[in-house]
Amino acid sequence: MIIKKPADIKSSEITDENLYLNRRNFLRGAVLAGTTVATGMLYRRLNASGKKAPATIAARESAAPYHTAEGEAANDLEDITNYNNFYEFSTSKQAVAVRAKGFITRPWSIEIAGLVHKPKVFDLDDIVKLAPVEDRVYRLRCVEGWSMVIPWLGLPLGRLLREVEPTGEARYVNFITLLDPQRMPNQKTAVLPWPYVEGLRLDEAMHPLTILATGLYGKTLPPQNGAPLRLVVPWKYGFKSIKSIVRIVLTANEPKTTWSDYAPDEYGFYSNVNPEVDHPRWSQARERRIGEFGMRSTLMFNGYADQVAQLYAGMDLKKYF
Amino acid sequence: MTVPDIKFVKLAVFVNAAVPIALLARDAYYHELGANPLEFVTHTTGMLTLVFLMLTLAVTPLRKATGQPWLIRLRRMLGLFAFFYGSLHLLAFAWFDKSFVLRAIIDDTLKRPFILLGMLGFLLMVPLAITSTNKMVKRLGGERWNRLHRAVYFAAGAGVLHYYLLVKADTRIPITFGFVLAILLGYRALNKYFPSITERAPVRRPVARSQPN
Repeated sequence: MIIKKPADIKSSEITDENLYLNRRNFLRGAVLAGTTVATGMLYRRLNASGKKAPATIAARESAAPYHTAEGEAANDLEDITNYNNFYEFSTSKQAVAVRAKGFITRPWSIEIAGLVHKPKVFDLDDIVKLAPVEDRVYRLRCVEGWSMVIPWLGLPLGRLLREVEPTGEARYVNFITLLDPQRMPNQKTAVLPWPYVEGLRLDEAMHPLTILATGLYGKTLPPQNGAPLRLVVPWKYGFKSIKSIVRIVLTANEPKTTWSDYAPDEYGFYSNVNPEVDHPRWSQARERRIGEFGMRSTLMFNGYADQVAQLYAGMDLKKYF
Repeated sequence: MTVPDIKFVKLAVFVNAAVPIALLARDAYYHELGANPLEFVTHTTGMLTLVFLMLTLAVTPLRKATGQPWLIRLRRMLGLFAFFYGSLHLLAFAWFDKSFVLRAIIDDTLKRPFILLGMLGFLLMVPLAITSTNKMVKRLGGERWNRLHRAVYFAAGAGVLHYYLLVKADTRIPITFGFVLAILLGYRALNKYFPSITERAPVRRPVARSQPN
């Protein structure tokens, strides 16, 4: 403070020193408290962690009725529904649940076209009626290096494909996600080329492990997990399991897929879980199971080698990664 | 504008800079770090390192452009916070991802360019943190100290590139960091040749006395 002309101020007008110091301390306290709260709010806004952390493994083992065939407990519903890679809503795994809230999935139809004898547009309800939906507790291994155990509810994709009768030339199946930037707001950005597309070889698609999921934990699929209908291919990295499917096309040639089109040297068409073939920028030898502190060894074909390895007999998996 | 009480400003900056670590610790205690808490801690501390590096590098342009020389007195603290969050980030990586297996850390560092860059950025900050005391400035002499501390430009560059190379597709945040860094370094280049454009005469008014120590 600079007092320029002290003589102009009557001594009676000079603030008492104690009062002055009190006022100053009060102001400083207010500045400290105000900026701290503002910084805290900014931190929270920019760096939301999503929902609560998982319960401990021990708690999950006792509480979860769902286990894989190998006895691994399913992850908490909380984790499964608040940690999602679904770029149509957000590139932040923690933000997808919030941004996908209220996503309208009815009415929903799925068109099956291409090299089939009976192309058809299915209503979602027709598909569910094709076969009884069943629980399938699968490991899901993300290409980013984390994994979960998810109790899906669904039906074999093969059941639907048989319905449309693929022709003799059909060798691949192409899947396409909904394109609707109004309902999937992050499609307004150019993070990836939209719509998201994926593909399988026909024999992979017909494999009994491959399912179309309509729910998880015995309930309807939440939007953030790919409602109302998504693919689940448990021996491949998670991004192969395309969400919110509106179109399935059978083709003679290997279809374009979003990630391998985006970065061909990093993501292949097959993208089978393989601890021996690293992502160019990180190792795939280990994974962090959500809810666990340490790292697990990643298993060949995500632990489904017994059932699927014969699909790739004689193939160089380093070349066809 | 009068020159504020630097002691109080420093206190306020310190408290604010410590808010993220306090909230991170609080959230860890209450199990509110989300589904993948270890990844969350690693990403958060990494992000904070870059934020504080940018704040540190913003001091000089800000002080010259506004003619507020006292701002320089906040720089060391901001730089040390960058180093602090960087240390936590490295600790998180070494612990959560590599279980403190030195061999695995070294192998990964040599194999993965983005980890190498991060490591390089951190190692560049170590001597800067060590020589941040007044005593070390005196010992090195201003000119040499300044030259040494230009390493922070490379540390920040390595840090931004480290982040850019790590993301899968959404490069908007690392590119924003790169843009900010370019402005902060660009200012310095411009300032070297055209100080008449970039600088304002320093405000020279008596500094309000802080309380006796």
